[in-house]
Amino acid sequence: MGVIVEQFPLYVQGFLQTVRICILAAVGSLILGTILAAFRVSPVPPLRAVGAAWVTVFRNTPLAVVLFAVAFGLPELGINGSYFWFGVAGLTLYTAAFVCEAVRSGINSVSAGQAEAARAMGLTFSQSLSLIVLPQAFRTVVPPLGSVIIAMIKNSAIVGAFGVGGDLFAVGVQLTSAQGYAAAGVLTGVLLGYLILTIPAGIVLARLERKLAVAR
Amino acid sequence: MSSSVLYDIPGPQARRRTLISSLVAAVIVAVVIVLVVLRLAEQGQFSGEKWGPLVNPFDPSFAAVWNLLGQALVATLTAAGLTLVFSLVIGTIFAVTRVTASRSYRWLVVGVIELLRGVPVVIAIFFAARVLPEVGISLPILWYLVIGLTAYNSVIIAEIIRAGIASLPRGQSEAGYSLGLTRGQVLSTILLPQAFRVMLPALISQLVVIVKDTSLGFIISYEEFVRTANIIIQTLRNPIQTYIIVAIIFIAINYSLGKLAEYVERRLSRARTTAAAPTHAGAVDTGAAGGG
Repeated sequence: MGVIVEQFPLYVQGFLQTVRICILAAVGSLILGTILAAFRVSPVPPLRAVGAAWVTVFRNTPLAVVLFAVAFGLPELGINGSYFWFGVAGLTLYTAAFVCEAVRSGINSVSAGQAEAARAMGLTFSQSLSLIVLPQAFRTVVPPLGSVIIAMIKNSAIVGAFGVGGDLFAVGVQLTSAQGYAAAGVLTGVLLGYLILTIPAGIVLARLERKLAVAR
Repeated sequence: MSSSVLYDIPGPQARRRTLISSLVAAVIVAVVIVLVVLRLAEQGQFSGEKWGPLVNPFDPSFAAVWNLLGQALVATLTAAGLTLVFSLVIGTIFAVTRVTASRSYRWLVVGVIELLRGVPVVIAIFFAARVLPEVGISLPILWYLVIGLTAYNSVIIAEIIRAGIASLPRGQSEAGYSLGLTRGQVLSTILLPQAFRVMLPALISQLVVIVKDTSLGFIISYEEFVRTANIIIQTLRNPIQTYIIVAIIFIAINYSLGKLAEYVERRLSRARTTAAAPTHAGAVDTGAAGGG
């Protein structure tokens, strides 16, 4: 375990890189996922098809395959970038599919009577959506969205394994393979780094879930 | 709630607007697809040289490539199957321990479950592959992958089974006790069989996650699809094509599993008339986005 103390700065760097990847991918996938969810509930068939296709493809493909496909495919389309951005892009495209499903199921969970009542009172589409449906959907969406983001934090390790470099996982590989430290100590440090992110997030989420729970 | 609840049944004007926006959207989607295809064609990505070994049975490399992919499929299914079996057994033990544990050590069981849930699967696999040999346990690579995957999936399955037990009406266990069954008998003959039944759709969905996660075997050089694809690419130099084929194989497997889960869920909800309404398959967060 001495390695954690000896190499502490390296661990901190790796941790920060992981946090950076997670924040970028979280923001990206929340935006993209919400747009896809809007596509899926819209009355426009081609948009619904795009949303459905996206979800089917990315939910059923392993993230590792997505990452490799992005890294090899984007340069062929003339989009060049560093592995860091390919990693973030792959994680974003993948997570967006799960965000989309969480948001969509949230909208669908608001009981039909609510929207019907709103319409019966003469509210317009946008009024009933923004005043009645979305505020209620938000409460149901927060817990599943939270678990999607926690899963995404854990998935960021795959981005590291895929070769982005500099993140917690890469630090683990570097210390065990190149510098010959015992794996048990090194990887315990890496694990602690991820647990620092995931366990508090889980606790906050459970709190939030209890607070937002509504009887339906 | 279908989206139609949000607005009145469209009249002629609204229908026209929907039609116009549909056309516009369709055109935009088509343009994007055409641009991508043109760009790929420009780069020679549709050449027989790149696709031939994958789709043309008369190509000299076809047999070798699909032989490799077939081995990868066997490797993936072996790892997924073993993981499922071990995770079910260990997950059931976890769930039973958590349900029956006296308060004095329940926190320990809960702690272990929460800890394992917070660990990224890749790290669990890597940990197994690097740390076990250090402590003198050398196994074939397959087992490191299975151990890593089981560490994560068994606690998820434990939570699924626990939710299944919790969803059963109290009367079930009360009836068991009143017949004089012991706690162990009530669990094993009354609660667990029903919990498995109720949670079958969720368990099948978890199998999708397991199949996807076997792809992480590539980090420890287990020759599943991703590793195999990388080997193929080294000689054929056709990464895009190979990954498209691999993705299609995964989508085919997982999409059918997903449909199977939906089918089982429909059947169960029709069959159950006496007990409480089945909890929705998604009631437990199975870490839907879990793993890769």
